[in-house]
This record gives sequence, structure tokens and C-alpha cells, in this order.
Amino acid sequence: MTDHTVTRAQLSESVYQEVGLSRNESADLVESVLDEMIDALARDEMVKISSFGSFSVRQKGQRVGRNPKTGEEVPILPRRVLVFRPSHVLKNRINAKLGNG
Amino acid sequence: MTKSELIARLAEANPHLFQRDVERIVSTIFEEIAAALERGDRVELRGFGAFSVKHRESRVGRNPRTGEAVKVDSKVVPFFKTGKLLREKLNSD
Repeated sequence: MTDHTVTRAQLSESVYQEVGLSRNESADLVESVLDEMIDALARDEMVKISSFGSFSVRQKGQRVGRNPKTGEEVPILPRRVLVFRPSHVLKNRINAKLGNG
Repeated sequence: MTKSELIARLAEANPHLFQRDVERIVSTIFEEIAAALERGDRVELRGFGAFSVKHRESRVGRNPRTGEAVKVDSKVVPFFKTGKLLREKLNSD
């Protein structure tokens, strides 16, 4: 398996290659896509991308946690967490290539 | 928000672009992320989050209806870790 990390730069480059906008505008659009997704999630909206997966926000209740170092009990406040559920298409695709690796 | 709603929003914010270009931009982004995961690569988008793949060992599972033991093959699963900024944004109120 390779050990590479893809970042915004590569996504922008792919958009640039694929669509033929300027590099700057390609980078701006990658940012806009992420911003739209972030805004929707901040509104508690689920984001569903077909054949990729869905992002949803879950409300977690308050619970008692423990400082692992001191053993001291600390309340963990109610919070919202993001959950990503990959679609079957994405899961199958990844397993077809990496499954037996 | 679905993928087509996301495309509609972007098209509205970018009236100088053709709808089909906006579609291609959105599709390209998710296609690149999927292709990276397929290679076993990680995708790190600061402020948003990071996608990676995790290996799951084969195990003996159980058919919950019959209680019968079944072998579950090893597999890889896509994984997303929420970025710090997004996590904070979800809890900002």
C-alpha cells in the first residue's frame, strides 16, 4: 500500500484538469464545495452524496467521563458529532482493490 | 442536502459557470477522494476532516437470527475523522 496524502491542492488540480477553469478558480470552487457542506451540517442538515456516502450530525447527551491520567471524574457536556456513513458503492469499490491486500 | 442540491447551490453562487461544469466539479472532487481511498491513500482536508481506510481482520460473526457462526472475511472500510474547525463549528452555539 502507498503512503500518500491527498490534499486540497490535488483536488484543485484535478478540477483544473477536468473542467478547464483557471487554477485559482478551481481552488476557490473546491473550497466552496467544502463550505457549502460545512454550512449544511452546521444547520443540522444531512449531506447525502450518492455513490459516496452521507454525513449527518448526531446529538450526544451529557455523560460522566474520567481524566485517564488522574482518574478524576469530569462531566462531558452534551455535544454534536459528525458521522460519516460510506455508501455501499464506495465500500465495494475500495474492497475490490484493497480487500485482499 | 443531496448532491444535486449542492450542485444547485453552487450554480446559484457562480452564475458565470455552466450547470454541467458545476456538476463536473462536484463529481471530480468526490471521484478523486474515492480514487485516493482505493489506492489506500489518505485525504486530508484541513478544517473539514480526513478520509482514510481502515483494515478489519476476518472474524467469526454470528447470524443474529439463527445464532449460527459465520466467517466474516477481512475487509477495508472507509473512515472519516472530523476536522477540528468543523467539530467546533458544530458546537458553536
